[in-house]
Amino acid sequence: MSKQIQVSGLDAYYGSHKAIEDVSMTIEPRSITAFIGPSGCGKSTFLRTLNRMHEVIPGARVEGKVLLDGEDLYGATVEPVSVRRSIGMVFQRPNPFPTMSIYENVAAGLRLNGRVSKSQSDGIVEESLKGANLWNEVKDRLNKPGAGLSGGQQQRLCIARAIAVKPQVLLMDEPCSALDPISTLAIEDLMVKLKDQYTIVIVTHNMQQAARVSDRTAFFNLDGQGKPGKVVEMDETSRMFTNPSQKATEDYITGRFG
Amino acid sequence: MTTVQHISAGRRVKDRLAQGLVYLAFALAVVPLVSVLWLVIKNGLARFDTEFLTHSMRNIGARDAGGGAYHAIIGTLEQVLLASLIAVPIGLLTAIYLTEYGNGGRLSRAISFFVDVMTGVPSVVTGLFVLAFWILFLGMPFSGLAGALALAILMMPTVVRSAEEMLRLVPNDLREASYALGVAKWRTIVKVVLPTAFTGIVTGVMLAVARVAGETAPLLLTVFFTDSINSDPFNGPQMGLPLYVFDQAGRPNDTAIDRAWTGALTLILIVMLLNLVARLIAWWRSPAKGR
Repeated sequence: MSKQIQVSGLDAYYGSHKAIEDVSMTIEPRSITAFIGPSGCGKSTFLRTLNRMHEVIPGARVEGKVLLDGEDLYGATVEPVSVRRSIGMVFQRPNPFPTMSIYENVAAGLRLNGRVSKSQSDGIVEESLKGANLWNEVKDRLNKPGAGLSGGQQQRLCIARAIAVKPQVLLMDEPCSALDPISTLAIEDLMVKLKDQYTIVIVTHNMQQAARVSDRTAFFNLDGQGKPGKVVEMDETSRMFTNPSQKATEDYITGRFG
Repeated sequence: MTTVQHISAGRRVKDRLAQGLVYLAFALAVVPLVSVLWLVIKNGLARFDTEFLTHSMRNIGARDAGGGAYHAIIGTLEQVLLASLIAVPIGLLTAIYLTEYGNGGRLSRAISFFVDVMTGVPSVVTGLFVLAFWILFLGMPFSGLAGALALAILMMPTVVRSAEEMLRLVPNDLREASYALGVAKWRTIVKVVLPTAFTGIVTGVMLAVARVAGETAPLLLTVFFTDSINSDPFNGPQMGLPLYVFDQAGRPNDTAIDRAWTGALTLILIVMLLNLVARLIAWWRSPAKGR
Protein backbone atom coordinates (compact mmCIF):
# COMPACT_ATOMS: atom_id res chain seq x y z
CA MET A 1 0.00 0.00 0.00
CA SER A 2 2.70 2.41 1.04
CA LYS A 3 4.38 4.51 -1.63
CA GLN A 4 7.42 6.67 -2.11
CA ILE A 5 7.19 10.41 -2.73
CA GLN A 6 9.79 12.23 -4.78
CA VAL A 7 9.74 16.01 -4.89
CA SER A 8 11.91 18.03 -7.19
CA GLY A 9 12.29 21.78 -7.61
CA LEU A 10 9.03 22.65 -5.92
CA ASP A 11 7.94 26.27 -5.43
CA ALA A 12 4.67 27.22 -3.76
CA TYR A 13 2.96 30.60 -3.96
CA TYR A 14 0.15 32.46 -2.22
CA GLY A 15 -0.80 34.93 -4.91
CA SER A 16 2.46 36.67 -5.74
CA HIS A 17 4.10 35.72 -2.45
CA LYS A 18 6.50 32.82 -2.76
CA ALA A 19 6.13 30.70 0.38
CA ILE A 20 8.62 27.94 -0.38
CA GLU A 21 11.39 27.73 -2.91
CA ASP A 22 13.15 24.92 -4.71
CA VAL A 23 12.35 22.05 -2.37
CA SER A 24 13.61 18.65 -3.45
CA MET A 25 13.47 15.53 -1.33
CA THR A 26 12.63 11.86 -1.29
CA ILE A 27 10.19 10.52 1.27
CA GLU A 28 10.60 6.81 1.78
CA PRO A 29 7.70 4.38 2.15
CA ARG A 30 7.05 2.58 5.46
CA SER A 31 8.80 5.27 7.44
CA ILE A 32 8.05 8.44 9.33
CA THR A 33 9.50 11.63 7.95
CA ALA A 34 9.40 14.70 10.19
CA PHE A 35 9.53 18.35 9.12
CA ILE A 36 10.86 20.76 11.70
CA GLY A 37 11.65 24.45 11.58
CA PRO A 38 10.51 27.83 12.90
CA SER A 39 6.97 29.12 12.37
CA GLY A 40 6.25 30.55 8.94
CA CYS A 41 9.04 28.67 7.20
CA GLY A 42 6.67 26.79 4.93
CA LYS A 43 6.57 23.30 6.49
CA SER A 44 2.78 23.16 6.50
CA THR A 45 2.57 24.73 3.07
CA PHE A 46 4.94 22.12 1.72
CA LEU A 47 2.98 19.35 3.40
CA ARG A 48 -0.20 20.64 1.78
CA THR A 49 1.41 20.63 -1.66
CA LEU A 50 1.95 16.87 -1.29
CA ASN A 51 -1.76 16.10 -1.59
CA ARG A 52 -2.81 19.16 -3.56
CA MET A 53 -4.55 20.75 -0.58
CA HIS A 54 -2.47 23.88 -1.09
CA GLU A 55 -4.46 24.93 -4.14
CA VAL A 56 -7.73 24.88 -2.18
CA ILE A 57 -6.78 28.35 -0.93
CA PRO A 58 -7.77 31.04 -3.45
CA GLY A 59 -4.76 32.37 -5.30
CA ALA A 60 -2.44 29.57 -4.23
CA ARG A 61 -0.40 27.69 -6.83
CA VAL A 62 2.49 25.30 -7.13
CA GLU A 63 5.38 24.85 -9.55
CA GLY A 64 7.61 21.81 -9.72
CA LYS A 65 7.14 18.08 -9.54
CA VAL A 66 5.75 15.71 -6.93
CA LEU A 67 6.01 12.06 -7.93
CA LEU A 68 4.09 9.37 -6.09
CA ASP A 69 5.87 6.14 -7.08
CA GLY A 70 6.90 7.84 -10.28
CA GLU A 71 3.51 9.33 -11.12
CA ASP A 72 3.35 13.12 -11.30
CA LEU A 73 0.62 14.42 -8.98
CA TYR A 74 0.61 17.76 -10.78
CA GLY A 75 0.24 16.24 -14.25
CA ALA A 76 -2.17 18.12 -16.48
CA THR A 77 -4.76 15.33 -16.51
CA VAL A 78 -4.54 14.38 -12.83
CA GLU A 79 -7.73 14.78 -10.81
CA PRO A 80 -6.86 16.55 -7.51
CA VAL A 81 -9.74 14.78 -5.74
CA SER A 82 -8.24 11.35 -6.51
CA VAL A 83 -4.83 12.51 -5.28
CA ARG A 84 -6.36 13.39 -1.92
CA ARG A 85 -8.03 10.01 -1.79
CA SER A 86 -4.69 8.26 -1.93
CA ILE A 87 -2.84 10.77 0.26
CA GLY A 88 -4.75 11.35 3.49
CA MET A 89 -4.30 14.23 5.89
CA VAL A 90 -4.70 14.88 9.62
CA PHE A 91 -4.90 18.48 10.72
CA GLN A 92 -3.54 20.48 13.61
CA ARG A 93 -6.87 20.94 15.31
CA PRO A 94 -9.12 17.88 15.54
CA ASN A 95 -11.99 18.54 13.13
CA PRO A 96 -14.61 15.80 13.30
CA PHE A 97 -17.79 16.59 11.36
CA PRO A 98 -20.15 18.06 13.98
CA THR A 99 -23.32 16.76 12.34
CA MET A 100 -22.11 13.17 12.28
CA SER A 101 -21.82 10.42 14.86
CA ILE A 102 -18.54 8.66 15.62
CA TYR A 103 -19.49 5.91 13.19
CA GLU A 104 -20.50 8.33 10.46
CA ASN A 105 -17.32 10.32 10.93
CA VAL A 106 -15.13 7.30 10.31
CA ALA A 107 -17.29 6.17 7.40
CA ALA A 108 -17.47 9.73 5.99
CA GLY A 109 -14.75 9.24 3.39
CA LEU A 110 -16.40 6.07 2.10
CA ARG A 111 -19.94 7.32 2.21
CA LEU A 112 -19.26 10.72 0.72
CA ASN A 113 -17.50 9.00 -2.14
CA GLY A 114 -20.48 6.69 -2.57
CA ARG A 115 -20.58 2.94 -3.10
CA VAL A 116 -20.38 1.03 0.19
CA SER A 117 -22.75 -1.47 1.74
CA LYS A 118 -23.64 -1.40 5.42
CA SER A 119 -21.71 -4.56 6.26
CA GLN A 120 -18.69 -3.34 4.33
CA SER A 121 -18.65 -0.02 6.13
CA ASP A 122 -19.24 -1.74 9.50
CA GLY A 123 -16.08 -3.73 8.93
CA ILE A 124 -14.02 -0.76 7.77
CA VAL A 125 -15.19 1.42 10.67
CA GLU A 126 -14.21 -1.20 13.23
CA GLU A 127 -10.88 -1.86 11.54
CA SER A 128 -10.07 1.87 11.25
CA LEU A 129 -11.02 2.61 14.85
CA LYS A 130 -8.89 -0.32 16.00
CA GLY A 131 -6.11 0.96 13.75
CA ALA A 132 -6.36 4.33 15.49
CA ASN A 133 -6.39 2.74 18.98
CA LEU A 134 -9.83 4.17 19.65
CA TRP A 135 -12.11 1.15 19.27
CA ASN A 136 -12.16 0.12 22.93
CA GLU A 137 -13.03 3.62 24.08
CA VAL A 138 -15.91 4.22 21.68
CA LYS A 139 -17.29 0.83 20.65
CA ASP A 140 -20.32 1.23 22.93
CA ARG A 141 -21.23 4.70 21.70
CA LEU A 142 -20.64 4.68 17.99
CA ASN A 143 -23.88 6.56 17.43
CA LYS A 144 -22.96 9.45 19.72
CA PRO A 145 -21.68 12.68 18.10
CA GLY A 146 -17.98 12.70 17.30
CA ALA A 147 -17.67 16.21 18.73
CA GLY A 148 -18.51 14.87 22.20
CA LEU A 149 -15.16 13.09 22.55
CA SER A 150 -12.11 14.57 24.29
CA GLY A 151 -9.51 16.40 22.23
CA GLY A 152 -7.14 13.44 22.07
CA GLN A 153 -9.94 11.05 21.18
CA GLN A 154 -11.18 13.44 18.50
CA GLN A 155 -7.72 13.53 16.95
CA ARG A 156 -7.56 9.72 16.90
CA LEU A 157 -11.05 9.77 15.39
CA CYS A 158 -9.69 12.02 12.65
CA ILE A 159 -6.83 9.59 12.09
CA ALA A 160 -9.33 6.72 11.90
CA ARG A 161 -11.34 8.75 9.40
CA ALA A 162 -8.22 9.36 7.32
CA ILE A 163 -7.09 5.71 7.26
CA ALA A 164 -10.63 4.45 6.54
CA VAL A 165 -10.26 5.46 2.89
CA LYS A 166 -7.07 3.35 2.73
CA PRO A 167 -4.62 6.00 1.57
CA GLN A 168 -1.05 5.19 0.60
CA VAL A 169 0.39 8.15 2.44
CA LEU A 170 -0.68 9.90 5.64
CA LEU A 171 0.22 13.57 6.11
CA MET A 172 0.00 14.97 9.63
CA ASP A 173 0.14 18.70 10.25
CA GLU A 174 1.18 19.18 13.89
CA PRO A 175 -1.28 16.50 14.99
CA CYS A 176 -0.38 16.77 18.69
CA SER A 177 0.01 20.50 19.19
CA ALA A 178 -3.48 20.86 20.68
CA LEU A 179 -3.20 17.78 22.89
CA ASP A 180 -2.02 16.93 26.39
CA PRO A 181 1.09 14.73 26.88
CA ILE A 182 -0.89 11.51 27.43
CA SER A 183 -2.91 11.93 24.25
CA THR A 184 0.29 12.92 22.47
CA LEU A 185 1.90 9.68 23.58
CA ALA A 186 -1.13 7.75 22.31
CA ILE A 187 -0.84 9.39 18.91
CA GLU A 188 2.91 8.85 18.73
CA ASP A 189 2.50 5.16 19.51
CA LEU A 190 -0.13 5.06 16.84
CA MET A 191 2.16 6.66 14.27
CA VAL A 192 4.88 4.08 14.98
CA LYS A 193 2.29 1.34 14.56
CA LEU A 194 0.92 2.82 11.35
CA LYS A 195 4.28 3.17 9.65
CA ASP A 196 4.23 -0.56 8.86
CA GLN A 197 1.50 0.16 6.35
CA TYR A 198 1.76 3.81 5.41
CA THR A 199 4.22 6.43 4.38
CA ILE A 200 3.87 8.99 7.15
CA VAL A 201 4.91 12.62 7.00
CA ILE A 202 4.57 14.76 10.10
CA VAL A 203 5.07 18.45 10.72
CA THR A 204 5.99 19.20 14.31
CA HIS A 205 7.23 22.01 16.50
CA ASN A 206 8.20 19.53 19.14
CA MET A 207 11.81 18.50 18.57
CA GLN A 208 11.62 15.66 21.08
CA GLN A 209 8.66 14.32 19.15
CA ALA A 210 10.57 14.40 15.89
CA ALA A 211 13.51 12.66 17.60
CA ARG A 212 11.24 10.03 19.20
CA VAL A 213 9.13 8.95 16.28
CA SER A 214 10.72 9.85 12.98
CA ASP A 215 13.19 7.95 10.83
CA ARG A 216 14.23 10.91 8.74
CA THR A 217 14.01 14.61 9.48
CA ALA A 218 14.00 17.65 7.24
CA PHE A 219 14.85 21.05 8.65
CA PHE A 220 13.12 24.02 7.01
CA ASN A 221 14.23 27.59 7.47
CA LEU A 222 13.92 30.97 5.83
CA ASP A 223 16.55 33.62 5.29
CA GLY A 224 14.40 36.44 6.65
CA GLN A 225 10.89 37.85 6.98
CA GLY A 226 9.03 37.72 3.68
CA LYS A 227 11.61 35.43 2.08
CA PRO A 228 10.54 31.97 0.91
CA GLY A 229 11.22 28.93 3.10
CA LYS A 230 13.78 26.32 2.04
CA VAL A 231 14.98 22.92 3.12
CA VAL A 232 18.27 23.48 4.91
CA GLU A 233 19.09 19.86 5.55
CA MET A 234 17.52 16.44 5.42
CA ASP A 235 18.99 13.29 6.90
CA GLU A 236 18.50 10.30 9.17
CA THR A 237 16.89 11.59 12.35
CA SER A 238 19.61 10.12 14.55
CA ARG A 239 22.28 11.95 12.59
CA MET A 240 20.31 15.21 12.40
CA PHE A 241 20.01 15.36 16.16
CA THR A 242 23.54 14.30 16.99
CA ASN A 243 25.73 15.48 14.19
CA PRO A 244 24.01 17.87 11.75
CA SER A 245 26.10 19.03 8.85
CA GLN A 246 24.69 22.56 8.81
CA LYS A 247 25.31 25.20 11.48
CA ALA A 248 21.71 26.51 11.24
CA THR A 249 20.31 23.05 11.96
CA GLU A 250 22.51 22.67 15.01
CA ASP A 251 21.53 26.11 16.29
CA TYR A 252 17.86 25.33 15.88
CA ILE A 253 18.00 21.89 17.42
CA THR A 254 20.02 22.98 20.40
CA GLY A 255 17.62 25.84 20.99
CA ARG A 256 19.90 28.72 20.11
CA PHE A 257 17.12 30.24 18.02
CA GLY A 258 13.57 29.54 16.93
CA MET B 1 -2.24 50.23 51.62
CA THR B 2 -4.55 47.38 50.77
CA THR B 3 -4.19 45.41 47.60
CA VAL B 4 -7.94 44.88 47.31
CA GLN B 5 -9.72 47.90 45.91
CA HIS B 6 -13.34 48.54 46.77
CA ILE B 7 -15.89 49.69 44.26
CA SER B 8 -16.41 53.38 44.77
CA ALA B 9 -19.88 54.77 45.52
CA GLY B 10 -19.86 56.67 42.23
CA ARG B 11 -19.29 53.54 40.19
CA ARG B 12 -21.97 51.72 42.09
CA VAL B 13 -24.48 54.47 41.31
CA LYS B 14 -23.51 54.42 37.63
CA ASP B 15 -23.85 50.64 37.56
CA ARG B 16 -27.35 50.85 39.04
CA LEU B 17 -28.28 53.60 36.62
CA ALA B 18 -27.11 51.64 33.56
CA GLN B 19 -28.90 48.56 34.81
CA GLY B 20 -32.10 50.55 35.28
CA LEU B 21 -31.84 52.00 31.77
CA VAL B 22 -31.39 48.55 30.24
CA TYR B 23 -34.46 47.23 32.05
CA LEU B 24 -36.44 50.30 31.00
CA ALA B 25 -35.43 49.85 27.35
CA PHE B 26 -36.45 46.22 27.52
CA ALA B 27 -39.83 47.09 29.03
CA LEU B 28 -40.41 49.73 26.35
CA ALA B 29 -39.60 47.24 23.64
CA VAL B 30 -41.99 44.67 25.08
CA VAL B 31 -44.92 47.06 25.53
CA PRO B 32 -46.00 47.19 21.86
CA LEU B 33 -45.51 43.44 21.44
CA VAL B 34 -47.63 42.56 24.46
CA SER B 35 -50.29 45.14 23.68
CA VAL B 36 -50.65 43.97 20.07
CA LEU B 37 -50.89 40.35 21.14
CA TRP B 38 -53.34 41.22 23.90
CA LEU B 39 -55.61 43.25 21.61
CA VAL B 40 -55.57 40.66 18.84
CA ILE B 41 -56.32 37.80 21.20
CA LYS B 42 -59.00 39.70 23.14
CA ASN B 43 -60.84 40.92 20.04
CA GLY B 44 -60.10 37.92 17.87
CA LEU B 45 -61.37 35.21 20.21
CA ALA B 46 -64.99 36.37 19.75
CA ARG B 47 -65.23 34.86 16.28
CA PHE B 48 -62.47 32.23 16.54
CA ASP B 49 -64.81 29.29 15.97
CA THR B 50 -65.18 26.35 13.61
CA GLU B 51 -67.38 28.33 11.27
CA PHE B 52 -64.64 30.90 10.84
CA LEU B 53 -62.09 28.22 10.05
CA THR B 54 -64.27 26.17 7.70
CA HIS B 55 -66.42 28.68 5.80
CA SER B 56 -65.76 31.35 3.23
CA MET B 57 -67.51 34.70 2.81
CA ARG B 58 -69.60 33.49 -0.08
CA ASN B 59 -73.25 34.56 0.20
CA ILE B 60 -72.60 36.50 3.36
CA GLY B 61 -74.38 39.83 3.06
CA ALA B 62 -72.81 43.11 4.01
CA ARG B 63 -74.51 43.18 7.39
CA ASP B 64 -74.66 39.47 8.12
CA ALA B 65 -72.85 37.89 10.99
CA GLY B 66 -71.08 34.55 10.50
CA GLY B 67 -68.88 33.77 7.54
CA GLY B 68 -65.26 32.85 7.78
CA ALA B 69 -61.78 32.99 6.37
CA TYR B 70 -61.34 29.45 5.06
CA HIS B 71 -60.71 30.79 1.56
CA ALA B 72 -58.14 33.26 2.89
CA ILE B 73 -56.35 30.65 5.01
CA ILE B 74 -56.04 28.34 2.01
CA GLY B 75 -54.85 31.24 -0.11
CA THR B 76 -52.20 32.35 2.38
CA LEU B 77 -50.88 28.81 2.88
CA GLU B 78 -50.67 28.16 -0.84
CA GLN B 79 -49.17 31.53 -1.70
CA VAL B 80 -46.54 31.32 1.03
CA LEU B 81 -45.71 27.73 0.10
CA LEU B 82 -45.33 28.62 -3.58
CA ALA B 83 -43.27 31.69 -2.73
CA SER B 84 -40.99 29.55 -0.56
CA LEU B 85 -40.66 26.93 -3.29
CA ILE B 86 -39.47 29.65 -5.64
CA ALA B 87 -37.39 31.79 -3.28
CA VAL B 88 -35.67 29.22 -1.07
CA PRO B 89 -33.87 27.22 -3.80
CA ILE B 90 -32.79 30.36 -5.66
CA GLY B 91 -31.78 32.11 -2.46
CA LEU B 92 -29.91 29.12 -1.12
CA LEU B 93 -28.05 28.51 -4.37
CA THR B 94 -27.13 32.20 -4.51
CA ALA B 95 -25.78 32.01 -0.97
CA ILE B 96 -23.80 28.89 -1.86
CA TYR B 97 -22.34 30.65 -4.87
CA LEU B 98 -21.39 33.68 -2.77
CA THR B 99 -19.70 31.70 0.01
CA GLU B 100 -18.25 28.70 -1.80
CA TYR B 101 -17.53 29.77 -5.35
CA GLY B 102 -17.56 33.58 -5.55
CA ASN B 103 -14.18 34.17 -3.85
CA GLY B 104 -15.03 37.88 -3.66
CA GLY B 105 -14.79 38.25 -7.43
CA ARG B 106 -16.58 40.86 -9.49
CA LEU B 107 -19.72 38.79 -10.08
CA SER B 108 -20.13 37.90 -6.42
CA ARG B 109 -19.70 41.53 -5.37
CA ALA B 110 -22.29 42.59 -7.94
CA ILE B 111 -24.71 39.93 -6.66
CA SER B 112 -24.13 41.03 -3.06
CA PHE B 113 -24.84 44.61 -4.03
CA PHE B 114 -28.09 43.78 -5.82
CA VAL B 115 -29.24 41.58 -2.98
CA ASP B 116 -28.80 44.57 -0.69
CA VAL B 117 -30.75 46.71 -3.13
CA MET B 118 -33.53 44.11 -3.23
CA THR B 119 -33.76 44.15 0.57
CA GLY B 120 -34.68 47.82 0.34
CA VAL B 121 -37.40 47.46 -2.30
CA PRO B 122 -40.78 48.41 -0.79
CA SER B 123 -43.23 45.52 -0.90
CA VAL B 124 -45.81 47.44 -2.91
CA VAL B 125 -43.23 47.90 -5.66
CA THR B 126 -42.75 44.15 -6.04
CA GLY B 127 -46.53 43.87 -6.35
CA LEU B 128 -46.56 46.58 -8.99
CA PHE B 129 -43.74 44.84 -10.83
CA VAL B 130 -45.60 41.54 -10.96
CA LEU B 131 -48.78 43.35 -11.98
CA ALA B 132 -47.02 45.21 -14.77
CA PHE B 133 -44.87 42.35 -16.02
CA TRP B 134 -46.74 39.12 -15.29
CA ILE B 135 -50.36 40.22 -15.53
CA LEU B 136 -50.41 43.19 -17.90
CA PHE B 137 -47.43 42.45 -20.13
CA LEU B 138 -47.54 38.64 -20.28
CA GLY B 139 -51.32 38.62 -19.98
CA MET B 140 -51.48 36.10 -17.13
CA PRO B 141 -54.60 36.07 -14.94
CA PHE B 142 -54.79 37.33 -11.40
CA SER B 143 -53.91 34.29 -9.33
CA GLY B 144 -52.31 32.99 -6.18
CA LEU B 145 -49.20 32.30 -8.24
CA ALA B 146 -48.89 35.96 -9.20
CA GLY B 147 -49.05 36.81 -5.50
CA ALA B 148 -46.49 34.13 -4.74
CA LEU B 149 -44.14 35.64 -7.34
CA ALA B 150 -44.32 39.01 -5.63
CA LEU B 151 -43.77 37.39 -2.23
CA ALA B 152 -40.85 35.36 -3.59
CA ILE B 153 -39.13 38.54 -4.72
CA LEU B 154 -39.53 39.86 -1.18
CA MET B 155 -38.28 36.64 0.41
CA MET B 156 -35.23 36.13 -1.72
CA PRO B 157 -32.86 38.74 -0.28
CA THR B 158 -33.68 37.67 3.28
CA VAL B 159 -33.01 34.04 2.44
CA VAL B 160 -29.75 34.88 0.64
CA ARG B 161 -28.43 37.06 3.46
CA SER B 162 -29.28 34.70 6.30
CA ALA B 163 -28.12 31.57 4.47
CA GLU B 164 -24.90 33.29 3.44
CA GLU B 165 -24.17 34.26 7.02
CA MET B 166 -24.83 30.73 8.25
CA LEU B 167 -22.64 29.18 5.54
CA ARG B 168 -19.80 31.55 6.42
CA LEU B 169 -20.02 30.37 10.03
CA VAL B 170 -19.15 26.81 8.97
CA PRO B 171 -15.47 26.44 9.89
CA ASN B 172 -13.10 26.06 6.96
CA ASP B 173 -11.52 23.15 8.85
CA LEU B 174 -14.54 21.03 7.99
CA ARG B 175 -14.33 21.78 4.29
CA GLU B 176 -10.62 20.94 4.33
CA ALA B 177 -11.23 17.76 6.33
CA SER B 178 -13.67 16.68 3.66
CA TYR B 179 -11.39 17.60 0.75
CA ALA B 180 -8.56 15.70 2.45
CA LEU B 181 -10.72 12.57 2.34
CA GLY B 182 -10.90 12.90 -1.42
CA VAL B 183 -14.44 14.20 -1.45
CA ALA B 184 -15.34 16.43 -4.38
CA LYS B 185 -16.26 20.04 -3.70
CA TRP B 186 -19.96 19.82 -4.57
CA ARG B 187 -20.33 16.75 -2.37
CA THR B 188 -18.53 18.51 0.44
CA ILE B 189 -21.04 21.35 0.16
CA VAL B 190 -24.05 19.04 0.04
CA LYS B 191 -22.98 16.54 2.69
CA VAL B 192 -20.83 18.57 5.09
CA VAL B 193 -21.36 22.32 4.74
CA LEU B 194 -25.14 22.43 4.31
CA PRO B 195 -25.95 19.96 7.13
CA THR B 196 -23.68 21.90 9.48
CA ALA B 197 -25.47 25.16 8.67
CA PHE B 198 -28.90 23.54 8.45
CA THR B 199 -30.37 24.83 11.73
CA GLY B 200 -29.38 28.40 11.00
CA ILE B 201 -30.66 28.25 7.44
CA VAL B 202 -34.04 26.94 8.61
CA THR B 203 -34.30 29.81 11.08
CA GLY B 204 -33.48 32.30 8.34
CA VAL B 205 -36.04 30.83 5.98
CA MET B 206 -38.68 30.95 8.72
CA LEU B 207 -37.98 34.61 9.34
CA ALA B 208 -38.43 35.26 5.64
CA VAL B 209 -41.69 33.27 5.61
CA ALA B 210 -42.97 35.15 8.63
CA ARG B 211 -42.16 38.40 6.94
CA VAL B 212 -44.01 37.69 3.70
CA ALA B 213 -46.97 35.89 5.29
CA GLY B 214 -48.20 39.22 6.61
CA GLU B 215 -47.62 41.23 3.44
CA THR B 216 -50.75 42.93 2.12
CA ALA B 217 -49.61 45.37 -0.52
CA PRO B 218 -48.15 42.95 -3.08
CA LEU B 219 -51.19 40.68 -2.79
CA LEU B 220 -53.56 43.58 -3.31
CA LEU B 221 -52.22 44.04 -6.83
CA THR B 222 -51.70 40.42 -7.82
CA VAL B 223 -54.20 37.94 -6.35
CA PHE B 224 -57.19 40.26 -6.50
CA PHE B 225 -60.09 39.70 -4.13
CA THR B 226 -62.63 36.97 -3.80
CA ASP B 227 -65.18 35.86 -1.25
CA SER B 228 -65.23 32.30 -2.58
CA ILE B 229 -63.00 29.34 -2.02
CA ASN B 230 -60.43 28.94 -4.78
CA SER B 231 -57.96 26.22 -3.94
CA ASP B 232 -56.22 26.41 -7.31
CA PRO B 233 -53.42 28.95 -6.96
CA PHE B 234 -52.74 28.98 -10.69
CA ASN B 235 -56.13 30.17 -11.84
CA GLY B 236 -58.40 32.98 -10.86
CA PRO B 237 -58.48 35.39 -7.95
CA GLN B 238 -57.56 34.04 -4.56
CA MET B 239 -57.73 35.50 -1.09
CA GLY B 240 -55.05 35.87 1.54
CA LEU B 241 -55.37 36.45 5.26
CA PRO B 242 -53.74 39.89 5.21
CA LEU B 243 -56.10 40.89 2.39
CA TYR B 244 -59.02 39.47 4.32
CA VAL B 245 -58.13 41.53 7.39
CA PHE B 246 -57.68 44.62 5.23
CA ASP B 247 -61.02 44.03 3.51
CA GLN B 248 -63.06 43.28 6.62
CA ALA B 249 -61.51 46.06 8.69
CA GLY B 250 -62.60 48.56 6.07
CA ARG B 251 -66.27 47.68 6.42
CA PRO B 252 -68.57 49.60 8.72
CA ASN B 253 -70.28 46.77 10.63
CA ASP B 254 -69.12 45.34 13.92
CA THR B 255 -69.50 41.81 12.55
CA ALA B 256 -66.94 42.56 9.84
CA ILE B 257 -64.58 44.21 12.34
CA ASP B 258 -64.78 41.10 14.51
CA ARG B 259 -63.89 38.94 11.51
CA ALA B 260 -60.90 41.19 10.80
CA TRP B 261 -59.59 40.68 14.35
CA THR B 262 -60.05 36.94 14.10
CA GLY B 263 -58.29 36.95 10.74
CA ALA B 264 -55.34 38.71 12.33
CA LEU B 265 -55.30 36.19 15.18
CA THR B 266 -55.37 33.31 12.69
CA LEU B 267 -52.46 34.81 10.76
CA ILE B 268 -50.39 35.14 13.92
CA LEU B 269 -51.22 31.55 14.86
CA ILE B 270 -50.24 30.24 11.42
CA VAL B 271 -46.88 32.01 11.51
CA MET B 272 -46.28 30.76 15.06
CA LEU B 273 -47.18 27.23 14.04
CA LEU B 274 -44.82 27.33 11.06
CA ASN B 275 -42.10 28.62 13.36
CA LEU B 276 -42.73 25.80 15.78
CA VAL B 277 -42.52 23.22 13.01
CA ALA B 278 -39.26 24.74 11.79
CA ARG B 279 -37.83 24.67 15.33
CA LEU B 280 -38.82 21.03 15.64
CA ILE B 281 -37.10 20.18 12.35
CA ALA B 282 -34.02 22.13 13.40
CA TRP B 283 -33.97 20.43 16.80
CA TRP B 284 -34.41 17.03 15.25
CA ARG B 285 -31.45 17.62 12.94
CA SER B 286 -29.36 19.38 15.56
CA PRO B 287 -25.85 17.91 16.04
CA ALA B 288 -25.98 18.46 19.80
CA LYS B 289 -28.84 16.03 20.18
CA GLY B 290 -28.11 12.86 22.10
CA ARG B 291 -24.76 13.94 23.48
